[in-house]
Amino acid sequence: MNLKRLWVIFKARNYEFFRDRAAFGWNFLFPFLLIAGFALIFGGQDRPEYKIGVFPMAVGKPVVEELQIPAELKKNPQVEFIGLPSMDLGLEKLRHHKIDLLLETGESTFRYWVSDSSPKGYTSEQMLMASLIPPSASELITKSEIHGREIRYIEWLFPGILGMNMMFSALYGVGYTVVRYRKLGVLKRLKATPLTAFEYLSAQVLSRIFLLMFTFLIVWFGCHLIFSFNLEGSLMDLFIVYSLGGACLSSIGLVVAARGISEEFANGVLNFISWPMMFLSEVWFSIEGAPEWLKGAATLFPLTHILTGARKIMNDGVGLADVGVELMVLSAMTMAFLLIGAALFSWNK
Amino acid sequence: MIPIIEVQQIQKKYKSLTAVSGLDLSIPEGICFGLLGPNGAGKTTLIEIMEDIIPPTSGEVLYKGKARSDAFRQDIGIMFQQTALLSFMTVRETLETFQKLYRKPAEIDSLIEQCALGDITEQMNDKISGGQRQRLLMALSLVNQPKLLFLDEPTTGLDPQARRNLWDLVNAIKKEGKTVILTTHYMEEAEFLCDEIAIMDQGRIIARGSPESLIKTHCRRARLKIPKRNFTGAPIKLPMPFISENDHIEIPVDDINDAIGELMAQGIPLNDMFVITPNLESVFLNLTGKRLRD
Repeated sequence: MNLKRLWVIFKARNYEFFRDRAAFGWNFLFPFLLIAGFALIFGGQDRPEYKIGVFPMAVGKPVVEELQIPAELKKNPQVEFIGLPSMDLGLEKLRHHKIDLLLETGESTFRYWVSDSSPKGYTSEQMLMASLIPPSASELITKSEIHGREIRYIEWLFPGILGMNMMFSALYGVGYTVVRYRKLGVLKRLKATPLTAFEYLSAQVLSRIFLLMFTFLIVWFGCHLIFSFNLEGSLMDLFIVYSLGGACLSSIGLVVAARGISEEFANGVLNFISWPMMFLSEVWFSIEGAPEWLKGAATLFPLTHILTGARKIMNDGVGLADVGVELMVLSAMTMAFLLIGAALFSWNK
Repeated sequence: MIPIIEVQQIQKKYKSLTAVSGLDLSIPEGICFGLLGPNGAGKTTLIEIMEDIIPPTSGEVLYKGKARSDAFRQDIGIMFQQTALLSFMTVRETLETFQKLYRKPAEIDSLIEQCALGDITEQMNDKISGGQRQRLLMALSLVNQPKLLFLDEPTTGLDPQARRNLWDLVNAIKKEGKTVILTTHYMEEAEFLCDEIAIMDQGRIIARGSPESLIKTHCRRARLKIPKRNFTGAPIKLPMPFISENDHIEIPVDDINDAIGELMAQGIPLNDMFVITPNLESVFLNLTGKRLRD
């Protein structure tokens, strides 16, 4: 491998990114807008669905009729109940916004926990109160506090938005661009030079990682300034998780870009990959109440591991050693996708 | 002397279509070699096989008598028929990017001067005219000081002035002793630039030689074109064979002076007469029954 040639192509790709003013601006503006938009939306009244964790009971979806909770609450169609074996697990899920309210079942009295910073928590609480008929029954219920620091919803959401922005940028920045270059004949022109496919592909991935992390830092500090996030862990650890995640997502882009000249087809494939990944990787909402097979399927997506690692560092303050599993999975996926992409790659149409 | 490049029994098939059909060709060093033929003759396919851009279905390509190695790409320059460049780069940056991909590159400033790019070095590479773009592509093909230069229809789509400028550039490159392999469907381009020509049709080489020898061998006869109004009686009677067209007749002749003398002896006025001398277009027409741009 010739590093000089790799560096030249790396630089050329970066020029393209920084000089395409419209795309460049959008890369930064998009996550800001999303975060600001969500902060605004969750201050509104529209609540489509509420997850209430009930304990103690077996994990999963309980039989609602058998629950020892206020009868009126059982009838509420907007509420989904999630069975939990213990209070500790319930509190952890409440802290991480995987459920909106935690309720301890009982024959006559109930205890509940709710996160004051959860956008859905307040409404869930009101629903619970309203379900106590007659109103005097409210004396039967006791509100308890969550101990320890609460995670604001925006702090839970932010790693997801960053990850999602990174996913789209990596997949399209590599996958779509290389297909377009093949279609236009740029790759053919490069093939006529001593540049090797490995050098070219490495330059594409490295350039994309550099640009992703550059964007990450700008968006991070920008959002921190506006929303003043609390970062429990180390920014460097977070940077490492996102860098490895960027490498993994870019290498998926390489697999998509390995063959073909149809931008429409590439776009379709990228949509096919990115949309399920976005929804199942808990960018926007928790899939806590989803069937087990769906939760299993979500682990196939690198974004799931990126966000799990990032949220552990950002929200729980853990170190790199505690996200070792996520780092290992991401490393293995990166290697696998890089090898597949390089093996399938063709310069020609 | 070992040819600079040689193809042996090259065949290229795309499903049921045979683009190049079992072709042999060897090109000596230091000449400008032209592949002439109509669209779809297989010129681009053949040249891209020689360039190692596409693999042949069967056959072999030798560079300086040996199979091509990685060093082949250091020695060749290519100007493709259709190509796009890396986006958002100036002309100078584009040249510098490609220059750094090679071991022994040319000086950028001398390339800029040679290809007359001085006025546009700071312009974006997609914001230049067609002629400027072709000159930039030519400069890129020369960026590694190649020994062997492939030019695939370098003047297609250019206006006559820009085409003439590019011809001058190719002539200057020839004088440096580089081997040039050129495809074109412009016969005047091939006649002007090429020392040797191979005429291709339907994936095969149907004739080969210098432009003069091809014309001598395949199309010796000139034609006299005389308007019908110059003849008084009808039907037209002449002591030699002729072809009647719409408003004129064409007389194929071996010796123009003898034919004109004979027509004058018959008292036929020669006003508005044209003498059509044979060229490569005539050679191609004679060999295939088709025109080059059909």
